Amino acid sequence: MAEVEESNKPLFAGLSDISISEDIPVEGDISVPVGSQNTDNDFSTLDEPVKDTILRDLRAVGQKFVHVMYPKKSSALLRDWDLWGPLLLCVTLALMLQGGSADSEEDGRPQFAEVFVIIWFGSVIITLNSKLLGGTISFFQSLCVLGYCILPLTVAMIVCRIVLLGGASVVSFAVRLIVVTASFSWSTFASTAFLADSQPANRKALVVYPVFLFYFVIGWMILTFSPSQ
Amino acid sequence: MSAPQGSTNTNTEPWGSFDDNIIQGSGSAVIDMENMDDTSGSSFEDMGEMHQRMKEEEEVTEEAAATEEDNGEYGDFLGMKGLKGQLGRQVADEVWQAGKRQASKAFNLYANIDILRPYFDVEPNQVRHRLVESLIPVRMINFPQKVAGELYGPMMLVFTMVAILLHGMKTSGTVIREGTLMGTAIGTCFGYWLGVSSFIYFLAYLCNAQITMLQMLSLLGYGLFGHCVVLFITYNVHFHSLFYILWLVIGGLSTLRMVAVLISRTVGQTPRLILCGTLAALHMLFLLYLHFAYHKMVEGILDTLEGPNIPPIQRVARDVPVVANVVVNATIKSIAAIVQSQ
Repeated sequence: MAEVEESNKPLFAGLSDISISEDIPVEGDISVPVGSQNTDNDFSTLDEPVKDTILRDLRAVGQKFVHVMYPKKSSALLRDWDLWGPLLLCVTLALMLQGGSADSEEDGRPQFAEVFVIIWFGSVIITLNSKLLGGTISFFQSLCVLGYCILPLTVAMIVCRIVLLGGASVVSFAVRLIVVTASFSWSTFASTAFLADSQPANRKALVVYPVFLFYFVIGWMILTFSPSQ
Repeated sequence: MSAPQGSTNTNTEPWGSFDDNIIQGSGSAVIDMENMDDTSGSSFEDMGEMHQRMKEEEEVTEEAAATEEDNGEYGDFLGMKGLKGQLGRQVADEVWQAGKRQASKAFNLYANIDILRPYFDVEPNQVRHRLVESLIPVRMINFPQKVAGELYGPMMLVFTMVAILLHGMKTSGTVIREGTLMGTAIGTCFGYWLGVSSFIYFLAYLCNAQITMLQMLSLLGYGLFGHCVVLFITYNVHFHSLFYILWLVIGGLSTLRMVAVLISRTVGQTPRLILCGTLAALHMLFLLYLHFAYHKMVEGILDTLEGPNIPPIQRVARDVPVVANVVVNATIKSIAAIVQSQ
């Protein structure tokens, strides 16, 4: 009996006859409970001690510093961008370049706000320029790279300050010139290594030139800095 | 929409918790997004649709609020009486509006960048070619000369000039009281580029010249290349005679090119004269101003003694008004006498 039935009815024969009549309404109740209490246990960093947070961020910043000083073609700077490092560097540089009071004779020195504005608006303009030229890098990634590549210039500023402690002479000027030139070319080269990959091949020079100008202006501000006596 | 008036009240907070709007939507298969975190991942069509829904819900809540007010204000502050979760809805509404405003701002910013994109579509060899071309006056003025409409070259030239000016101001020891060096340099260069371009464009409009604003910006921007070269040389090598030669030759060449292009696009003697005379005067005088305004003091004194017909423009603090030539020359002579006597 079973065999006859099986031969008469091939597999899935009855399925094509199934149809849903349109009179049967399909309804139900989809409700998604908003469980906001149990999703944060894995990712919440609110409960950890402050020391851990700060150390983690500092470690990330330090790792990026290392990437800048030895610019290999890694994407760590681009992948996890952050703006803490640039802020730190910018504030350090601006503080060191700051002049004395406004009534002093040496009023040609840049003020804190001037350096700050130059660095951030210069970075924004370079980023806009590279985006307009067809770059694939995002806005904040570019800001991050440009900010981190100020590190060699900050190091040069510290060295210049130390050299100037020994008095301002021709030798010290020559030393400072060499140091600043070296660090400025290092900065340009480092940022080019990160930024130029995101541009079409024949337009790299168009993107590199504003970066060169930007670091040139900062390097020149460092070179012409002379502390008040 | 979901304006339930009789379903189960699952209020756990006095103001009506956020769970209300989700659980009470019986029969609706739609997840109510308004009470979730407003992320910016939604597309603009979805946002428009949701905005429509929000508007409709707003109308409903407004009607309910109107009827509620009519009913009297007994302890009604938190909306406990009348429509449940009224404050919750309003808070969610605020969050939604803020998010939408942010998103539309971001959208506008993006749109603005894309407007400028075609003007930056250049190759390096094109830029190089145009830089060199800006110093070569064209010969043919009988039919309109082609002007490249790009903004990359002019912008880079303006920034280069800012850097050169900064260097000149620093080495000449200029003191700026009410402002900063950088601000002055940027203001001067951008002000010249944008201001003079607009002015010449306006004159061109009056004189019926066929040039657009973009082309004028581009033309004047590339004309600054000559200025950059001259300033770069003369801020470092301080010879007045060298400056005058360079001013005439390089400044003259770049002015001649701009003038020739404008002549080729204008008809009639008088309009040509007006337009080109103005442009030539402004361009040459700007270079003269830039050189003398930020010149080294010592060189200025010595050259004054040599050439009595060239009174240098005194570099003084910016808040001092311009004094007469006689007083200036007397001051310089006395200072020079003191310097020489030491």
